[in-house]
Amino acid sequence: MPVFYGTTVDSALMLGTAGYPSPKVLADAFARSGAGVATVSLRRESGGGQDFWALIQSLGVTLLPNTAGCHTAREAVTTARMAREVFGTDWIKLEVVGNTDTLQPDLFGLVEAARILSAEGFKVFPYCTEDLVVCERLLEAGCQVLMPWGAPIGSGLGLNNPHGLRALRAAFPDVALVVDAGIGLPSHAAAAMEMGFDAVLLNSAVARAGDPAAMAGAMAAAIRAGREACLADPMERTDMAVPSTPVIGRAFL
Amino acid sequence: MRITINGTPQDSSAATLAQALAEAGLTGRIATALNGSFVPATLRETTPLRDGDAIEALAPMQGG
Repeated sequence: MPVFYGTTVDSALMLGTAGYPSPKVLADAFARSGAGVATVSLRRESGGGQDFWALIQSLGVTLLPNTAGCHTAREAVTTARMAREVFGTDWIKLEVVGNTDTLQPDLFGLVEAARILSAEGFKVFPYCTEDLVVCERLLEAGCQVLMPWGAPIGSGLGLNNPHGLRALRAAFPDVALVVDAGIGLPSHAAAAMEMGFDAVLLNSAVARAGDPAAMAGAMAAAIRAGREACLADPMERTDMAVPSTPVIGRAFL
Repeated sequence: MRITINGTPQDSSAATLAQALAEAGLTGRIATALNGSFVPATLRETTPLRDGDAIEALAPMQGG
């Protein structure tokens, strides 16, 4: 099971709370998912915040507030400080948006904010890309978890750069790595776990499925299967066929 | 005095951040920022307001 900043989480599935058709569907999806961590956010209070707080309290999961929608390090740092007070946790999923079309992170602002927040005692979960150098900078800034994207948020495209993600796993064997964003299907989540990632964070793939609870169950099963496959040490790939049936003893016909 | 709460400009006689929140009926589990800087709950009573101040009062919300 993944360990984040010394805390062991019960499941390698981290699930978002946004975009479900109703609170009941959200609660059912969480129950089926077995997720150990739920991402949440902060928005201007317009009446629904207190009910939502009651709902997420009932889920029995660890909360990971995000700084979604922040476009500068300053905004993200302020949002993180507010989130720490509201949610009572020093965990923060740090997002600094760099491009409004792809929602890809502003890696410069991300490193800057990560440094400030780590110094203030936050346990930062940075939403980043699979760029090796940026990931090194994030670790230097104090991060003990890295959350590279699989593909743009909400796209459902899966793992756009499997080679890069595999290289990241190899470069940082002892760092908790989470594929965050872009997952659309259980096979995408399983692939990330097969590569040796510690966890997968997803939201839209479940929330926007026709049957969110059923998809949550499928994701949980895929993540378990991917993890078990990784631990089972998969065979090497080859470009040419290798006969599996013994060649010796073949009849001469 | 004109202040802005969550993007809405309004007249207010509140002397402190805590009074402005009470005036606006903003209670429960919220976090506040004044002019872009976080103000912890423990400092709301002693944080004075000035004309033109912008308050953000944020609550738990769905997120990915």
